Amino acid sequence: MAEPLNRDAAAIADRAGQLADEAQRLAAEAADLAHRAAQADAPATDPILFGLTVFALACFVGYYVVWKVTPALHAPLMSVANAISGVVVLGAMIAAGPAIFGVSKLLGFVAVVVASVNIFGGFIITQRMLQMYRKKGS
Amino acid sequence: MEASIASFAYLVAAVCFILGIRGLASPETARQGNWIAIAGMAIAIGATLLRPQIVTFELVLGGIVIGGAIGTVIALRVKITDLPQLVAIFNSLVGLAAVLIAAAALESPSLYGIPVEGGLATHSLVEIMASTAIGAVTFTGSVVAFAKLHGLMRSAPITFTGQRAVNAFVGLIVLMAALAFAGWGTAGLFWALALAALIWGVLVVIPIGGADMPVVISVLNSASGWASCGIGFTLDNPLMIITGALVGASGAILSYIMCRGMNRSLTHVLLGGFGGETDGPTGEAADRGPVKAGNADDAAFMLRNAGSVVIVPGYGMAVAQAQHALREMVDLLEGEGVRVRYAIHPVAGRMPGHMNVLLAEANVPYDKVVEMEAINRDFPSTDIAFVIGANDITNPSARNDTSSPIYGMPVLEVDRARMVMFVKRSMASGYAGVDNPLFFNENTMMLFGDAKAMCEGIIKSLE
Repeated sequence: MAEPLNRDAAAIADRAGQLADEAQRLAAEAADLAHRAAQADAPATDPILFGLTVFALACFVGYYVVWKVTPALHAPLMSVANAISGVVVLGAMIAAGPAIFGVSKLLGFVAVVVASVNIFGGFIITQRMLQMYRKKGS
Repeated sequence: MEASIASFAYLVAAVCFILGIRGLASPETARQGNWIAIAGMAIAIGATLLRPQIVTFELVLGGIVIGGAIGTVIALRVKITDLPQLVAIFNSLVGLAAVLIAAAALESPSLYGIPVEGGLATHSLVEIMASTAIGAVTFTGSVVAFAKLHGLMRSAPITFTGQRAVNAFVGLIVLMAALAFAGWGTAGLFWALALAALIWGVLVVIPIGGADMPVVISVLNSASGWASCGIGFTLDNPLMIITGALVGASGAILSYIMCRGMNRSLTHVLLGGFGGETDGPTGEAADRGPVKAGNADDAAFMLRNAGSVVIVPGYGMAVAQAQHALREMVDLLEGEGVRVRYAIHPVAGRMPGHMNVLLAEANVPYDKVVEMEAINRDFPSTDIAFVIGANDITNPSARNDTSSPIYGMPVLEVDRARMVMFVKRSMASGYAGVDNPLFFNENTMMLFGDAKAMCEGIIKSLE
């Protein structure tokens, strides 16, 4: 009587062991999948492709927005374009910012000065011009 | 986390810049638009100051303060008539900054998170190469444009034999240096490329004459945008890419509008050498018959008795700084019940919108200033077209003389008005070197003299 009972118990234990192994394998697989999914979520887009996407869309936005500008304001359009091109200052600031002094820090500093001339000069001259545009009787 | 905050701030800034340009759709919304763009710039700079790469602030903030002070002083002091030069010099600064930042990126790529193992990737080198080449050409090209506009060098085309061959040769060197740099990426090749592009920038602009400057400035404005775009690609900064594309598109559209205003192709303008300015009447002019010349008193009498007058300003008005005297004259005429409007040709002056901003400076309301297409149909019902400091943009040969070099160029049809007055210093032909048959018309009156002095003379007579 004890003999078959023992055999059954051994078989059950065996099956349980197999199941545990299976579960472990599945868990590992799930973890792996989750990990891959996480990786795919974060930096999977190629930065060049991302840049080109932004670039292409911005060209279209620029095209439609600029055609809407009234010809009377083409001069301020150019000066405000000068001002916003000064946005390269962001790159210059990063070159000028590190703790160690080197060639790139110096280049960055000069670029910060030059780009800032554009930002301040461009916005101020635009404002000066726009203040001159008046309607009849005002 | 800081990276997401910066990215979000850059997105906000990009939207602000777009809204800023959108505001220029009408003079009523333009000032507000400018403030939005300023806010965008402040947000972008603020977010960048928080980035972990910036550890020491002396040079960063010091640079902004120094550059900001210089820019503020220039912008507050500059005369509105000198605006084209100012835009030219600002274009050049963007080009210079692009070259400097490209050099910094090549020197310490890791600062910008550009992977360096085994040398820079080809795409990084190509991006650095493009921003350097475009930036360097923009820099020197704009400096030459500035010198021409500011009278530091002759504004007439500077040509020499074999010029096109030399330009093509230097252009080829730029191309080869660019390819070599993209292949090997050494600092030596970088500076060789920069130097060749700097020289090429000078060579390309010197043969282009003063009156083609509206196109040149627009093209360089566009180029400064593409240069910042290139930097944006190198540094993986979407805000710079967007801004560069906006500026590039804006300059490209303005170039197109200016070329269309002259009925010439962009290549034709950029190859240069068009129309040397001539002094004095040409031999042919003498055969055309007599010219009716008048003085300020004659002009004042006729203007006062006219029902409607259309004023056509040109670069000569800017040179003589006559816009204020002109506006005073118009005030007096309007006091006498004359209807006065201003007609603007797209390429009048030295930059897009040049005449509009000069008239605005002289307090002329913008709703009295009319674009070419809109005013042309009104000339037949106009009593007097008063052309001040303009010539080619009124020349009827452009409409009816197929042999004329300016045939096909859209012009202000002043000859359809009952009478035309030309305020001019002499009988010299215009920029294109073409005679204007209108001078010899029965119903044309030539008012010889300086534009400002003539307006003052008419004012005196009207009072």
